[in-house]
Amino acid sequence: MTVRLEDTSGSAVAAAIAAERHRMGSPATGMVLTLLILTDEEYQADATAAAVSAARQHPMRIVTLIPRPSKHEARLDAEIAVGGDDGPGEVAVLRLRGQLAEHANSVAIPLLLSDTPVVAFWPEGAPLLPEDDPIGRHAQRRITDSASAEDVDRALADRAAGYRPGDSDLAWTRLTPWRSVLASALDQPNATITAASVAAEEGNASSVLLASWLHRRLKVPVTRSTSAGPGITEVRLTTEAGDIAVSRTDGVTAILSRPGVPDSRVALPRRDLAELLAEDLRRLDPDEVYGDVIGHLV
Amino acid sequence: MADTHDVYTNPLRDPLDQRLPRVAGPCGIALSGVTGDLSRKKVMPALYDLANRGLLPPGFGLTGFARRDWADQDFAQIVHDSVREHARTPFREEVWRQLAEGIRFVAGDLADPEAYQRLKAVVAELDASRGTGGNHAFYLSIPPGLFPVVLEHLKSSGLAENEPGSWRRVVIEKPFGHDLTSARELNRIVDQVFDASSVFRIDHYLGKETVQNILAVRFANTMYEPLWNANYVDNVQITMAEDIGIGGRAGYYDGIGAARDVIQNHLLQLLALTAMEEPLSFAADDVRAEKEKVLRAVKLPRELGKHTSRGQYANGWQGGVPVVGYLEEQGIDPHSTTETYAAIRVDIENRRWAGVPFYLRTGKRLGRRVTEVAVVFKRAPHLPFAKTAVEELSNNAFVFRIQPDEGITVRFGSKVPNTSTVQVRDVTMDFQYGESFVDSSPEAYERLILDVLLGDPPLFPRHEEVELGWQVLDPVLDYWAANGAPEQYASGGWGPASSYDMIARDGRTWRRP
Repeated sequence: MTVRLEDTSGSAVAAAIAAERHRMGSPATGMVLTLLILTDEEYQADATAAAVSAARQHPMRIVTLIPRPSKHEARLDAEIAVGGDDGPGEVAVLRLRGQLAEHANSVAIPLLLSDTPVVAFWPEGAPLLPEDDPIGRHAQRRITDSASAEDVDRALADRAAGYRPGDSDLAWTRLTPWRSVLASALDQPNATITAASVAAEEGNASSVLLASWLHRRLKVPVTRSTSAGPGITEVRLTTEAGDIAVSRTDGVTAILSRPGVPDSRVALPRRDLAELLAEDLRRLDPDEVYGDVIGHLV
Repeated sequence: MADTHDVYTNPLRDPLDQRLPRVAGPCGIALSGVTGDLSRKKVMPALYDLANRGLLPPGFGLTGFARRDWADQDFAQIVHDSVREHARTPFREEVWRQLAEGIRFVAGDLADPEAYQRLKAVVAELDASRGTGGNHAFYLSIPPGLFPVVLEHLKSSGLAENEPGSWRRVVIEKPFGHDLTSARELNRIVDQVFDASSVFRIDHYLGKETVQNILAVRFANTMYEPLWNANYVDNVQITMAEDIGIGGRAGYYDGIGAARDVIQNHLLQLLALTAMEEPLSFAADDVRAEKEKVLRAVKLPRELGKHTSRGQYANGWQGGVPVVGYLEEQGIDPHSTTETYAAIRVDIENRRWAGVPFYLRTGKRLGRRVTEVAVVFKRAPHLPFAKTAVEELSNNAFVFRIQPDEGITVRFGSKVPNTSTVQVRDVTMDFQYGESFVDSSPEAYERLILDVLLGDPPLFPRHEEVELGWQVLDPVLDYWAANGAPEQYASGGWGPASSYDMIARDGRTWRRP
C-alpha cells in the first residue's frame, strides 16, 4: 500500500516507514543497504521500479529524490511503500520543491539506515565529481550511466576525469556477459593475438569501454567500427592461427567462432535495468578494473 | 598470448576482476542413470541453471547413457521436460538452444563393453564438433552395486584416460558403501581407475550455501568463536527430519536405513564443520585436514543401548493426512528391521569439546521437514533475578537453519514489556539467508557440478572422511543388528520414546526444531 505525505520532512518520512512496518507486523528488517536515486520526473518511475525489482536480491531501502526547483516555497512531498507483492524493500519517492531542490542531502540523511552501506545512483546525468556530490558523499558506491547521455564520448570523458574509487557505470556493467564469453574463449591456450576490433551501433558507450579493456589486457591495437546494432554486435580477436570472434546480430544469441573448432552458440541477451543494478549491488568495494579502464580510454 | 614458460595465463582474467564469474573451461558431462529422479530433478535442471547464469562453457556437451532405444532428440526432450519442470531460473529459449546443441545420447547396457566404445566415439565427436578439449566428467547416478562394472569398463575402454593437458573425472553419489569394509572396497575400485583428485563424491548437503556459511560465520567473525567450546556450550543437536515416508525408494532404503542414509554422511559432515578447528586456509586440503582431525576425535558412548535410539514409523496421521506404517509400505518386508529413525550421542575427545555431547538425529515421517545445527549454551552461572522472573528462560541457543528457510536463529532472554515485575522470556532473532543476499540461493547441485567442472574440490568428502564416518557408525549398526526390531513411533511426531529417554538420561531435552 502506498502512503502519501504532503508538506512533510525527512524524519517524518522515516517515522512513517517504521510505522508502516509495525502495522504490517514486521518491525524487524533485514535491509542490507540504502539506495539513493537522484533523478528527474522522466526517469524516476523506471529507475525506482528497477530498484524495487533488484531489492528481491538485495533487500534495501530505496530513496528516490526528485528535485523540482521553482520560485515557490520549499516543500517536501513523499510517497512511501513498504514490502508487499513487489518485493521486500522499502520505497520512498520524494519530491523536493522550491528551494529544497538544492538541499536533497538534508532530506536524505534521516532516511539512511544505520550502519549499513549506502549506494547513490544517477540514472541519467551525473555530477562531474560523484564522490564530492552532497548525495554521493554518503555513498561508498556511486553508480552512473553514461549510456543515457546525448554525447557519450563527452560523458565518458567526464567519468574519467571525475573518477574516484567506488564509482561505477552501468555502461561497464552491461559488458559483463560479453567479457565473460571472451575470457572463456581464451581459457585454452591459443595463438598469439595481434589485434582486436569491436563493432557496435553508433553512440554505444559500452563498446568504448570494451575496446579499452581489451587494449589494457591484450596490449594490442584495438579498432572500433560502427554497425547497425543493436548494442555491440561483434568482437574479433585476430590471432596468428585465425580469428576468434563473438558476433551477435539479434541482441540475444551470439555465435562464437574459433580457429579449428566448429562454431558454437552462446546465449548473450541484453539485460534490463533491474538486472544491471542487481549485479552492481553484489559487490560494494571499489571496482578497480573499471577504474583502470575508465582511466585509459582508447 | 604465448608464454615463454609452460604455464598459460589467460590475459583477459584478472584476480581483481570481481565481476567476471568463474566459468568452467571447455568440457562435457556424460550422465548415466538418466531416467532416475536425481538426474531429472537435480542434475539436468542444475546444468540448465548454470548455462542460464553463463557459467557453462560455450560448446558444452551433455551425453546421456542408458539402455533405451533413443535418438539424441529423444534424450534432449527428456532434458527439456526436466528443465521446464524443475529449473530454478526462468526458461529462456536462447539458453536452451545453446545447451541443446551439445546434447547426445548413447544407447547401451552399462554391462556391455561395446556400449562404452560407442560412448568413446561420442566423446571424441564432441571434442571435434564442440571443442570440449578432451575434458569429460562421468556422472554415475546409478545404484552402487553397478559401480564396479561401470568403473571397470570406463577403464578398459580407455575412457578414464586423459591426454596431457586435459582431464577425466568421475562423480559418484552416496551411499559410499554400507559399512567400513564395503566403503574401503568401493574406494579401492574407484582408486584403481581414477586418481584421488579426479574422484568427486557428491554429498549435496555440502553444496548448500548455509553449510559454507557455517565456516564463514565461525571464522570470519569475532562474536562467536570465543564461546564455541566446552566452557560455554552445553550440548549440540544436529537434526535432519523429513516429513515424508520412503515414497518410491523402498528398493534403495530397506536394509540401508536412516543411520547409513543420513548420519554417516550428512550429519557427521555437519558435525565436522561445526566442531572443527580453524583451518589454515580455505584450500581443500586444509579444510579436510581439520575435518578429518575432528572426526578422528569422535567417540561413541560405552553403553550404546542407553545413548542411541532407533525406530520405525507406524501408521497414523501426519499433518491431517492418514499415512501407512513402514512395514506396510509397498515393497517392504513386513518383518524388516530397517530403522527409519536413528539418534546417537557422540563425544569429541579434545580440549575444546570435552564433556559436550553431540546429539545426532534423523528420521522420516517426523513433525516437519527441517535440517539444523543447534548449539545450546550453558545457563548463566548466576541469575540476579527473582526465581519467578526467569522461569520462562531456557538456555541460549545459536542455530544454523539449513533447510528450509536457510538462515540463522539466535535464542536469548529478553524482558517482557509492560509487566509490573521484571519478567525474562526466550525470544529469537532471525537472519534469513535467502532474504538478505539472493532471492534464491544457487541450488546445491549447481554449485557442486560447477566445482566438478572447475576441478575445485573443497566441498567434496575425500575417501578418508567417508571411512571415518563408517568407523564411527559401524559399532552402532552392529549393536542394533544384534538387538532385535526397532521401536515403532507415531508418524507426524518427533520420534520414538527411547529417543526422549536417551537424552533425558543426560538431564537434557531435544529442541523442537
